[in-house]
Parts: sequence; structure tokens; C-alpha cells
Amino acid sequence: MSWLHLLILLPFIFAAVVPYIYRKFTPRIHTGWFVLVIPLVIFAFLLSFTTAISNGNTAFSTVPWIPSYNINFTTYVDGLSLIFGLLIAGIGALVILYSIFYMSKREALNNFYVYLLLFMGAMLGLVFSDNIFVLYVFWETTSVSSFLLIAYWYEREKSRYGAQKSMLITIFGGLTMLAGLIMLSMMTETYSIREMVSQAANVPSHSLFVPSMILILIGAFTKSAQFPFSIWLPDAMEAPTPISAYLHSATMVKAGIYLVARLTPVFGGQSEWFWIVSSVGMITLLYGSVNAVRQTDLKALLAYSTISQLGLIMSLLGLGSASLYTGGEESSVYMAAIFAAIFHLVNHSTFKGCLFMVVGIIDHETGTRDIRRLGGLMHLMPISFTLAVIGSFSMAGLPPFNGFLSKEMFFTAVINAAEMKEFGVYSIGNLFPIIAWIASVFTFVYSMILVFKTFRGKNKPEKLAKEVHEAPLGMLISPIVLGLFVVIIFFFPNILSKYLLSPALAAIVPTLAAAGETNVKISAWHGWNIELFMTIGVIVLGTIMYHLLKKWYRIYLFYPENLTLNHLYNIGLENTEAVSRRVTDRYMTGFIRDYLVYIFAFIIVIVGGAVWLSDGLTIQTSGDAPVNWFEAALMIVMIITAAAVLFAKTRLKAILAVGGLGFLVSFFFVLFRAPDLALTQLVVETVTTVLFLLCFYHLPQLRKEFARIQFKAVNAIVSIGVGAVVTIVALSANGKRLFQSISGYYENSYELAGAKNIVNSILVDFRGIDTMLEILVLSIAGLGVYTLIKLRLAGGDSNEKVK
Amino acid sequence: METLMSILVGILFAIGIYLILTKTLLRIILGTSILGHGVNLLIITMGGLKKGGPPLLGIEDLTYADSLPQALLLTAIVINFATTALLLVLSYRAYKVLGTDDTEQMRGTENE
Repeated sequence: MSWLHLLILLPFIFAAVVPYIYRKFTPRIHTGWFVLVIPLVIFAFLLSFTTAISNGNTAFSTVPWIPSYNINFTTYVDGLSLIFGLLIAGIGALVILYSIFYMSKREALNNFYVYLLLFMGAMLGLVFSDNIFVLYVFWETTSVSSFLLIAYWYEREKSRYGAQKSMLITIFGGLTMLAGLIMLSMMTETYSIREMVSQAANVPSHSLFVPSMILILIGAFTKSAQFPFSIWLPDAMEAPTPISAYLHSATMVKAGIYLVARLTPVFGGQSEWFWIVSSVGMITLLYGSVNAVRQTDLKALLAYSTISQLGLIMSLLGLGSASLYTGGEESSVYMAAIFAAIFHLVNHSTFKGCLFMVVGIIDHETGTRDIRRLGGLMHLMPISFTLAVIGSFSMAGLPPFNGFLSKEMFFTAVINAAEMKEFGVYSIGNLFPIIAWIASVFTFVYSMILVFKTFRGKNKPEKLAKEVHEAPLGMLISPIVLGLFVVIIFFFPNILSKYLLSPALAAIVPTLAAAGETNVKISAWHGWNIELFMTIGVIVLGTIMYHLLKKWYRIYLFYPENLTLNHLYNIGLENTEAVSRRVTDRYMTGFIRDYLVYIFAFIIVIVGGAVWLSDGLTIQTSGDAPVNWFEAALMIVMIITAAAVLFAKTRLKAILAVGGLGFLVSFFFVLFRAPDLALTQLVVETVTTVLFLLCFYHLPQLRKEFARIQFKAVNAIVSIGVGAVVTIVALSANGKRLFQSISGYYENSYELAGAKNIVNSILVDFRGIDTMLEILVLSIAGLGVYTLIKLRLAGGDSNEKVK
Repeated sequence: METLMSILVGILFAIGIYLILTKTLLRIILGTSILGHGVNLLIITMGGLKKGGPPLLGIEDLTYADSLPQALLLTAIVINFATTALLLVLSYRAYKVLGTDDTEQMRGTENE
């Protein structure tokens, strides 16, 4: 157990307390103030790791969880997990601070903060876990908490739709990832990611290599909203804006990125990995940025932009994985791409978090996020405007903001990829810079839309429900902090690089780190190189396109609606629901006899099948006790009586026959030297028969069963089948006695319990508690009988009154 | 004896289950009752039959019949009684409230 374990559990523990705090202090103090302490503590604690990690150390601690299966809660801190941990805690603190002003005290804040803490703990657990199963558990916990948070306003239909969609897609991905991880553990014979990395050299030759890689990547792609799984992210925007800023742009959607980065040392350097990760990333980049331009809802715009930026980071990881290729020369050039990926990951969290918060402010102050109804807010909300400019320009890749630096590095990486000789890239490689450049132009356009359509132009107060003014200071603190980071990182990137980025890079490419090649210097000015010209081109074409938006906007309308991924998803969901409904309706008939048929048929199949498969049938009559003539006669009488019940025409006959059967059973007990049983059976049977006779007065006459032959035939087959199976089991059990009866022990009952009646001493002494519970069952049944006779619930007896 | 008892038990099971699968409530209850008898006889047969005297220490026998199945059965008989009583009252009440003793007509149509 280490402090880190406690820290991961801290949010979970505190989540349990939140409802009490909420009840006690609402409405005096906003619950968020209490919750805010948690991420601050975690952040401060994680900061203390930075110096040790940047010196190349790692921290490792383990707590046994299921040791017999080698599943332990192992925490592992290296550069990569630390950077994620800091983002989770840091952005978490800012988001909670923001939410204090964003979420009204009238909302169900207890739920909100419980879910939020649940997520925070799960996300921290995810990035610090070394064991794949622990990682998986936390992975799914983030999906579940995301589901709960998207459906936070559950009375809205769109919230529920979005929540279900994200749940279906991410949990599906989580399950495939689990399968992939299990395959990976079969290849490396360990559950620890660290040990997997150390055995990476043996993995590619294994036959499970490609399947496990694809399954794991599906998990990563669903979580990080990569094409075509990206459709859940725009609908996830139904969550409150602090949640969108936190889960759906800064942290949770980066879990897939984390997984890909974490497993790069295992899979990286292989052409399949390179191609899948980088091309999916590139497609997502383009898809997201092109679709962002057409959005009219600011949050939807940001959602598509997030998809696009995640694609950018993903493609960088894919391109950079080439640096682990061992066959080529100077492959370490591509390592810069991985560095750019981590750098952009941090930058994206800062500027996108800032933008989400600004959009939240706009929504909060104007009551709408629709671009068409907004405009001219610059003079009304000057601080928000400034923040929006900082965030958007950083997103568009303009100086002096951090987005510029990572965008330049991204261009460097794609240009390098174009010249790549490995993996059969050659001429196809030229597509990388082209796609990247086109996507960047679109990114520029939607960034400008975000700023200028909302803050410039004509003010449209007639379209807004409220009078607009700047947000309260508390709400502005968090975006201001993030905005400051956007600028500070631009001017001092190398501090970040030294303490966080380089150690993270070393964690992703351990082999190169050992060679001491992972210290990267970032500088804003590289001279007049291709990257800079690409940026200038983006600005020029982007500005032109922004101004001519009305002219070319119509091309979006050409794309048919029913070919969109969303439409396919909806159709698929409707059809599966309809099919499962039809199938279920076929066998869930609501008729108790059908269910009993299933149960008994299963008994026949499973018990009978087990006897058959294991060759269990043995008939041995040699050990049997002898049969007297009157015993045989008793049996025949018994069969006749039982059959009489079957064919009885009246109630009375049937009841009497069953009673007679009971008395015959008591005769058998006498024969089998069981005096207590015989006595009990006689008493019980008498009472039961009396009970039947009392009740039968109230029950209707036995009708002849009007049923189709088929119905009766199935019943007959099933009942005879079960009877045969029982006989076979009884015979086999008799024929094969595996061990001695344990009754010998109880035969000392006089010495052990001072009783001469062995059966009685078992009941009241050896197994006294069982008998007590039996009495309890009897009492419950008695209560049930009493209530059923006496209880008259109001309105429930309409039929009874009619009669 | 054990072989014959096994067959008898099988027949009791078959008759009991056939009755349970019918549509009339009373037949179903009678079926569970018969099934209960079958189970009781099955358990006592499993202990081996006529292996000794009754399990009472006062009587000078050298061997006793297996006492464990008997103890189990004593419990089973009583519980069987309790469930039969409950079923009987339940079906009485169901008949009163729903106006039918046919399980096919009792089936729920919604929210099943």
C-alpha cells in the first residue's frame, strides 16, 4: 500500500460522503467547495513526483487484490502516467471550481459530484494501474460514470439518447479491449504492462499478435472517439458543460490515446500498428474538422473539433511508432512525432478546456449556444471574448499560443512521414502532409467561426431570452487559468518539456530513452522552413474560406442524410431492438406452463446428458434388499392411486387419491424402519387432506382439460422424460456408491448429545440451527397463508366484488 | 427393492410433473404434492433400504438404518406441508381475485 493507492481511492471514499455533506450544507454552501479539496490534494501530491520522474526514476507499489490469480492492484508512476495524472487532477480542480458557479444550488448536486468523483478516481486508477485487469475495471468505470454524467439531466430525452449511445459504443470497445489484453497476456504470460513491455521483442512473431492488436485498438478508438466510432461524442454534449470540458475533451476521451501510447513499446515498430493508428488518426482528423465547420451549436462544434484533435494526436502516435522500427536507419527521427503527440495532448487540454468553459459561460449568460442567434458579444463580455480568442487561435495553430508549437511539430512529423522509406510508405506518404494541411485549414475556419460569429457582428438581443452581461468572476477564474497556461507554455515550453514531456516520451519509447535521445528542445522559430509556409498557407486559405463561407457552405447539404454514421447507428439499434423483441416474445409467453416446460426440458437435457456423456448409467441389482409380496403389492397400489389422480373426474376423488398416496408413503416409512417419519407423515397427511377438503369447497369443479393433442403430447413427453431421468439417476446412484454414509458419526448420539433417538438428535442437536430455520420457513409460510386469507388491499379485488 | 423403488419414484415424478404442466390450479397443487412424495421416497431409497433396525439406540440392534436421510426427510415433509398449504391458499386467492383457475387465462399481457 502506498500513498498513491490511497490517493486513487480518495475520490471514491469522498464520493460516499458527498450525499451527507450535500444534505447538511445545502443551500448554505455549494457542495462543490468541499469537493474541490480532493483534486487539489491529488494535484499537489502528484507534483511532488515530478523531479524524481524527470530524473528518470519511476515509482512502483503493489497491493494484492486477487493474488491467487496474479491480479494485483499495482500502481506504476512514470512520465506518461504522471502527465495524465496531473491533467486529471489539475483540470479536475478547475472544472469543479467552474462548476460551483455554473451549477445552480437547486440542481441535484449530490449526484453530480458523486459521479464526478467516481470518474476522477476511475481515471486516476486507469492511468496508474499496471495490471491489465485493474486497468480494465477502471476503464469501464470511467465509461459508466460518463454514462451517468451525460444522463445527468435524465428527464431530457436527448440526454438519455446520448448517454445510451456513449455507453453502448464505449462498453463495446472496452470488452474488445479486454479480449485483446487477455490475448496479449497470453503472448507474454504476464498481466503486468511493465513486464509486457520488457518482453516486447517476442510479441510480433506470435500468431495472436494482429488479432490482439486490432481488438485493443478498437477499445482505444471507441474511447477516444476515432472514426467511425466518433458518433457518440457529439451526443455526449448533452452533459452539463463542466463535464464536457472535463470528460469529453480533457481526460476521458484521452484514455484511448493513453492506451495507445502505453502499448506503443509493445506494438510500435510494426507496420500494422503504424498503418492502422496513423491512418485512422488522419481520417478522424479530417472527418472531425470538416464536420465541425457545419455545426451551428457551439458545443457540437467543439465536440467535432475534439474528435479532430484526438485524431491528430492519434495519428502522431502512429507516425511516431516508426521510431521503434529496428530495421531502418535513423528511425529515431520519427520520435519527434510522439513528442508532438504528448505536447499537443497537454496543449489541447488547456485550450479546449478553456473554450468549453467559455462556451459554457455564453450558454449560461445568454441562454443559447446556437451560433445563428449569437453575435456581437465582444463588448458585452470582453473577458470571455479574450479567452475565446486565446483558445481558438491556439486551436487554429497561431502564435503566440501553445497550439502553434505543437501544430508546427505536427507538420514536421507528417513531412518526415512523407519521406519515410519503411513500411512500404513511399508515394502514399505524400498523403499525410496533404490531409494534415487540408484538415488544418478547416480547423482554422471553425476556430474563426467560434470566435467571430459569436463575438463579432451584429448583436441580436431580440433572439435571446436574457439580458447579456459578463459572467461572474468565479466562473471566469478557471478559463483564465487555462488561458494563461496557453500563453505561458508558448513562451516557456522547455520547462514543461524537461519536467513532463521528455519523461513521458521516455516512457513511450524506452529503448530510445536508454540511448539518451529523448531530450527534446522546443523552439518557436525554426527559420523559413516548410512548416512555417504551411502555417501561412493555412492562414491565407482559411481566411478566404471563412469569408466565403456562405458561398461554399451548400456543399455540405449534398451529403445524403441517410448515409451518415448516425443514421446507420440509429437504424441498427432500432432493428436489433425489434428483432430481440420478436425473439423474446416468442418464448416469453407469460404462460407458466411454458416456463415449466423449459425448466423440465433443461433437467432432461442437462442431467440426462451428463449421465449419458459420462457413461454414468450403472444398474446393479445384486446389493438390493429383498422384496416381500406385500411390498410389491403396496407399490402397485401406489401406482394405481397416483394414476387415479391423473384421471380423476371430480375434485373430491383427486384429493382423496392424493391423501391415500400420502398414507401409502407412510407405510413405506414403516417398512424402511423410519418410525419418526411414518408418524410425521401420518399427521401431516391428515392435516393436508383436511386442508384440501376445506379449500376445495371454494375452488371450482375440475374441468376436463380442453387442450390440443400437441399440448398434451409435449406434457407427456416432458413428464415421462423427467421421470425416466430421475429413475436413471436413482439407479446409477445406487449402483455406484462412491463413499460411506456419514451417519456412523451420529450413531454415537447418546455420548455426543445424550439422546437415544438418532434422527431426533440430528434435528434438534447436531443440526439445530437448520431446524430453527425450518421453523422460520414454516412461520413465513404461515404468515403468507394468513395474509392471503385476511388481507384485502383497497381496489385490488374488483373481480371478487363482482361475483 | 432399491431398483423397484427407483422405478416407482420415476413414475411418481412423471405423474406429478404431468399434473403440474396442466392448466388447472388444483391439479397443479396435487401435482406438487405427488412430486413431493416422489422426492421423499427417492431420498430414503438413496440411503439404502433395510440395512438395519430403526435408528433408536434403546433397541438392541447392531446396525441401524441410515439416519441421515430420515432426518432430511423429516424436514422435507414439514416444509412440503408448508408449501402445499401456501400454494393452496394462493390459488384460492388467485381464483377469487382473477375469477379463473386456468393458468392460461392468468397470463399477464403487459410488462412480462
